[in-house]
This record gives sequence, C-alpha cells and structure tokens, in this order.
Amino acid sequence: MPEVLTTPITSPKLDSRIPEGPIQDKWETAQFKMKLVNPANKRKYKVIVVGSGLAGGAAAASLGELGYNVKCFTYNDSPRRAHSIAAQGGINAAKNYQNDGDSVYRLFYDTVKGGDYRAREANVYRLAQVSVNIIDQCVAQGVPFAREYGGTLANRSFGGAQVSRTFYARGQTGQQLLLGAYQALMRQVDAGTVTLFPRTEMLDVIVVDGRARGIVTRNLLTGQIDVHMADCVILGTGGYGNVFYLSTNAKNCNATAAWRAYKRGAYFANPCFTQIHPTCIPVSGEYQSKLTLMSESLRNDGRIWVPKNAGDQRRASQIPEDERDYFLERRYPAFGNLVPRDVASRAAKAVCDEGRGVGPSGLGVYLDFADSIHRLGRHKIEERYGNLFEMYESITGENPYEAPMRIFPAVHYTMGGLWVDYNLMSTVPGLFVGGEANFSDHGANRLGASALMQGLADGYFVLPYTIGNFLADHRPDKLDEHCPEALEALTNVKDITKRLISVNGKSTVDELHRHLGKVMWNKCGMARNAAGLQEAISEIRAIREEFWKDVKVVGTDGDLNHTLEKANRVADFMELGELICRDALTRAESCGGHFREEYQTPEGEAKRDDENFSFVSAWEYKGASIDPELHKEHLTFEHVKPSQRSYK
Amino acid sequence: MRLILHVWRQSGPNAPGRMVRYDAPNVDEHMSFLEMLDVVNEELIKKNEEPIHFDHDCREGICGACGFMVNGVAHGIQPRTTVCQLHMRHFKDGDEVYIEPFRAVAFPIVKDLVINRSAFDRIISAGGYISTPTGSAVDANAVLVRKENADLAMDAAACIGCGACVAACPNASASLFTGAKISHLNLLPQGRAEAGERVRGMVEAMNSEQFGNCTNIGECEAVCPKGISIENIARMNREYLSAIWSERPETGGGDGG
Repeated sequence: MPEVLTTPITSPKLDSRIPEGPIQDKWETAQFKMKLVNPANKRKYKVIVVGSGLAGGAAAASLGELGYNVKCFTYNDSPRRAHSIAAQGGINAAKNYQNDGDSVYRLFYDTVKGGDYRAREANVYRLAQVSVNIIDQCVAQGVPFAREYGGTLANRSFGGAQVSRTFYARGQTGQQLLLGAYQALMRQVDAGTVTLFPRTEMLDVIVVDGRARGIVTRNLLTGQIDVHMADCVILGTGGYGNVFYLSTNAKNCNATAAWRAYKRGAYFANPCFTQIHPTCIPVSGEYQSKLTLMSESLRNDGRIWVPKNAGDQRRASQIPEDERDYFLERRYPAFGNLVPRDVASRAAKAVCDEGRGVGPSGLGVYLDFADSIHRLGRHKIEERYGNLFEMYESITGENPYEAPMRIFPAVHYTMGGLWVDYNLMSTVPGLFVGGEANFSDHGANRLGASALMQGLADGYFVLPYTIGNFLADHRPDKLDEHCPEALEALTNVKDITKRLISVNGKSTVDELHRHLGKVMWNKCGMARNAAGLQEAISEIRAIREEFWKDVKVVGTDGDLNHTLEKANRVADFMELGELICRDALTRAESCGGHFREEYQTPEGEAKRDDENFSFVSAWEYKGASIDPELHKEHLTFEHVKPSQRSYK
Repeated sequence: MRLILHVWRQSGPNAPGRMVRYDAPNVDEHMSFLEMLDVVNEELIKKNEEPIHFDHDCREGICGACGFMVNGVAHGIQPRTTVCQLHMRHFKDGDEVYIEPFRAVAFPIVKDLVINRSAFDRIISAGGYISTPTGSAVDANAVLVRKENADLAMDAAACIGCGACVAACPNASASLFTGAKISHLNLLPQGRAEAGERVRGMVEAMNSEQFGNCTNIGECEAVCPKGISIENIARMNREYLSAIWSERPETGGGDGG
C-alpha cells in the first residue's frame, strides 16, 4: 500500500468523465461516442430549462430545434430580459481574422493561465474550439457585430489579451447575443417545441431514485405553486454575485435555483472564486441599490492613476503630471492598464488603502482619457465608447470627456457554481448546469469577453449533444406529478413561503441583505484572511438567525409580491455566504480572484500553492445543522504548465 | 430634498386603482429614481403597508424591465434615459411628481406600475428571427455586410422592448417596436431570405394585438430611451407593401415521393 499521498486525489464521487485521447480530439471523440436519440422519439422527451439567458435560452432553442419537448422558465416577464443582456464588452473567439497569431490553442492557453490554473484543461480546450462556431451561428442569426468598411467583422483586443479576438456590438454585445438567442427561442415557441413560463421562479428540484425528474415553481403573479416533471432538467440560472448585496448583477439575480439543487445533492464547486471587476462606478451612498460596470474595453484607451501623495484633495486637472502615479503602468510595464481583472482590482484597492484614493469616499481611482482624446480626437473616442460615456455622465453628472472617470472595483461574476462533469451534468444524474451557474471553465479568474463565450458554448454546442446522450439511456417514461418525491418538494416550497410570511418581524429584507453584503465585502471580498473569514462565518450565522426571527414580509403569498420573492432569495444567500467563507478559509493559498493576505509574494502578488491546492473544491450538503463535506477533484495540467502568472 | 409623490396604486388586474400621495422626505441628488422609490418602499414596509410594485432588473438601462410615466412622460423628462437611469439631480426640493403605469389596452396592468407586455413577445415569435438552426451557419466572414447596413441594423437592434413607445403614442401603436426589429433583420443579407414572410407575420401579429395604428406623430421616438428612429416605421411600411404586392399563393409539394 502506498503511503499517504501529499497531493489530494479526486474524490470517488467526482467523475469528471473527461474523454481519453489527445486534447484536440477529446470533444470529437466524445461526440462520436455519444448515444443518439431517434428523431421520432425526441418529442417524447420532456426537457426543463430554467433560465433564459445565453446558456438557458440557447439550450432551450437548440433542443427545441432538435425536436425535444422543452419547457423554459424565467422569473422575468420576458426571456429577453435575462441579465446576459447587460454584458458590454464582447465575446472572444479563436477566429484569427486579424492574422495576429491567434489560434484555438492560444485561446485555450490564455484562458487556463488567466484562470490561474484552477480550471479543467479539457473543458477549456473545448470552449476554445467551439468559440469559432458561436460567431458563425450568431452572425447567421443576424447579430449586428461591428464591421470594417470592407464588410468583414471587426475585432478588438480586450482585457489582457495580446491578440484581437474579441467580437463586439458597440458596448451592447451581451444584449445583441441574448436577443439572437431569444429570437431563436421565440421561433421555437412559435413552432410549438418550446413552452415558455415567464414570471415563474424555480424553487426546488424533484429527485426521484437519485435522478432529477422535475422542478417546483412559483407563479409570481398568482402565487400558485406547481410541479413540473421531465426527463431531465437544465439550470442556466446565472451567478451568485448578489450575495454581496452590491454587485453589477441585476437586482433580481439570485442563487436560489442552484442553492436548492445543492440541497438536493448537487455539489457546489469553488464558491470562493468570485470576480471583482476593476472598472465600476464608485458607491455614492447608503441607498445605493446596485453598482454599474464600465466596460473593461475602456482600459484600452484610458489610463488609470491616483495622486502620488496620500490625502491629495486637489481636482484631477490641478494635479501635475509628475505628481500622478499611473500605478498599473508602473507595476506591470508589459501589460500596463490591461492586466487581468483580479490584478487590476487588487492594485486599485492597495492604493486606496494607502490613502491615495479619489472622490468623496476615497474609494476610487481615475480612469483618464485625456491622452487618448489628444492622440485620436474626441470623435474617435466617442465612436468607441460613446454609450458608456453617456451612461457614466447620466449616473454621476460628470462629463468624462472633460474630467477623468472615477472607478472602483465591484463584485461582478462568480467563477464558482454547481460542480459539473465534462458533459455539464451535476452530481445529480439528469441535472445539467450551463453558463455562469456552473463552475467549469474559468478557474479562479475569468478573462474579459469569456462569459458570453462560455454561456453560448454550453447552450448551443455542448448541452444539445450531452442531453441527447443522457436521454438515449433512459426511456421517456411518464412520471406521476403526485409521486411522493414531488409532493415532498411541493410541501417544502410551501413551508418556506409560509415561514417567511409568518415571521412578521421588524427588519426589512433589504436591511438584512445589506448587512450580509457588508460582512461578505469586508471579510470575503478583494482580500481575505483566516481570522476575518472565521469572524465572517459567525457573523453570517448571527445575521441568518436574525433573518428568521425578525424579517418582515408584507402582503400575501397569493399574488405578485416582490418582498416575498426577495425574502426567498435572500434566505438562500444567508446560507451560501457561509459556504463561500468556508471555502475561502479552506483554500489556504492565493489564486485568481481569491486573495488570501497570508499568501502573497514580497511584492504583494498572489502566491499559489499548486502542491496542495491544485484541485476543485466540491461541497456536499449534509443537512441543515451539519457541516458540508468537502470533496476534491484533482486538476492535472498536461499542456499549460502552471507557472507564476506574471504581467510585469 | 423633499418630494411629494402621487403614485398609481392598484392591487390587481381587476381591482380599481387610484392615485395615492406619499412623502419622500430624504431624497439625495445622486439617487436614481428607482432608488428613491426603494427608500419610500422601505418606509411603507415598516408601516406594514405593501410597497409600490414596479418592474426593474438590471438598473443599467439595458434589460427593458423598468418603465412608467413620470409627470406624464414615459421614463421621465430626461431624453434617451430609462427610469432606472433617471437621477434625482434633475428634480428640485418641493417638486410634486406624478407616477403612473404605461397605459395601453395591449399592456394590461398587473399591479401598481407593473404591466403585462407579453404582446411584444408574440410579435417577435411571429417572425422576428432568422431561421438558422444551431449548427447550420457558414463561416462568419463568408457573408460580407456593408458597414452602413450593419450600423443601421445595430441602431434598430438597440431596442430594449420596454414599451415606452406604446405608452407615449396617442394611438398606443407598437409600430416603432415592430419596425425596429423588422429593420434590424431585413437590413442584413442574412435576413433577406425570409424578409417578406417576416414583415407580413410581424405586422399581422401586431395588428391582431390591441395596439393602435401609426399616424406619424413621433412621440415614440421622442421618449425612446435608445433613440430608435421612426425611419424604422417607414422601412417597415415599405417592406410590408412590397411583401403583400409580391405575395404569391403558396407553391405546393415539398415532401415529394
């Protein structure tokens, strides 16, 4: 028998199902080996898709086209409003249309490295491969990407990439890609293959004999709680950034679908990998309800600086050039203002911690376009960023053509999510997870313009294959909506709803949520340490207790009730927050968006520990008052050898 | 600053509604309009009253969920701004503000300021797409698109589907919304193959909902938060006329032997 292994091995419960063979052939091999469903039988299979964003919407449309009997659920009044719509900058693809040395391999390499070696190589390679199909598909759908005068597609360099591989539609790329998916979806609604359930929220997963067989939903207009049975369930329900209260997520973005799935046996992976985006508009007051992102593309032409001296109260225009510290250009001469998000955010925090932050709160840095306007002319800057400048002015009342923008990091994206295998199936057979809701492709840090790519890759090009493969092994049998498992889930949802209304305390949901968010941001935000995380865990427990004792939900459960909806979601954030801190505490290293103050180089850069932490953490729910169990999926790197990320 | 709000309250689709007066005593100029309402709502909840319901989500002016009338203007008086991006610095101490839902027969009221805009989805499902099943696309650069057309298509595609155009129109017409989508797709070479079917299907779907007709008043463009031009309505009408003039009876047979 071997001695105790020093490197963690993969838990037997986590079979990643990565196909054999050379990395460039894995996906093709997997596709060939996948079982197929007879075309005539497809309509007999019921597929539930929760979420109508890039992953959910694209999957529902594509599965509808294939002939499956699809139901698609969204809490919004229309599938077109999913939060994918707010992505601004662009979508990456290894097209190499610019002849500047891009390739599938380079996109793969950059993504694994950018993720700080905490993603699965095989998944990332597939992502890079299908990226080219996504652009073809979207153009064919009529997505109006930016073009050159010759009629070909335009590209730009984005977020730390040294090639121009980003496709964009002004500053509204997410909107246009989502509308493409939405239109494909509505075509299937017209064709009768997809049934839409708008203003309907999923509140539980029904697991029968260990397999996901349906969901429980609440009709947000009538309060009606229903059971929907199916042959498999797909979650495309987005990330959990709103656990921090303030984030760039939409107000209603939530983790409830993923969290309830976790409680039914789906493991939650890498919850502590949260991304703080460097370029957001700073907080202006206590009433602030959300934070607004200013696209990362601004860093292509804007220069980031703060005064050299702490406490410098002068206006930006009065600070002479030699008293400005262009700290990114100084610290990272090779990448300058284009360093990846995690690096840029931490550097901004560091200068603010030194008392050199700008703006009324001292929590801000300048993003200055004066040089670019001088060099390229105002017209060119307006063409590139006009809508972003307008948005900045409408929010702050300041004109960024004349004075530099003030920006500060904010919670933006969550790399963690439900654990999935290569086929995007969770640890509950029949429960698939796509897009931001899963953990799969971005490791510990996501590169700019990669979220849209991953959402659409999962929805258009991965799930349609892997769902067929799964269903081919299972007969399309009818399940009774009154089976004990469905009734149990239904009762569970009704109980939670009743409990929330019956507390009738004194604190509003927002007050409690804001309180949770402050703990998360201060102790589990851009920098974390063991003592702070331990405090955070006990504070979150206290807030959770207070929530269930003192929350006030007015109105009834029988009609549209936004307070009740919010309370339901915040109740889950109260639990998820603790898991995030627990994961951050367990991961005693710094990597990507996860920065543990105890683990840094003398220059203040993140210090990874590949020997002990080259794994995906996957948490198993064990019960309400029992600690979750950590499982580890060991990561191996055959192609992109882990090295210290350096952008100097 | 201190504001006096008059807000439309209606507890359900069939309940009677009325204007209710609220005090908003501590309004900060940096708040967005929705954040101002959030603060009012927090107070209502504390008083055990139901908060004012309004749709909202991204609060960045892109999802199209929010929208109501502020002093009689859809999304308020700031041009090219959704109500979530309307900031309180545009108001002054003591202002009285009238807040009502978008009103149109085709947009029934759900509760307070929340309306049902599903008619828009039905118009899209009647042809507001290009029929390209996943996997069937050619290389993205195989079809060249004139930059001018790509730009015009993008201008039209910027529509967020908020419904302000319908609310502002004295006829409650959905022509700007429908015209924008038809323009977006019909301007592109990829969209030409089914251009005729698209415009017929969408215009007929629009007509079958309870929207009024367009009489070229232009209120829609004036309130559109994305500045969508009424040229798109003209383009829709041109495309529609040419589609119905060239309409031919369906040719039979397809499956063959």
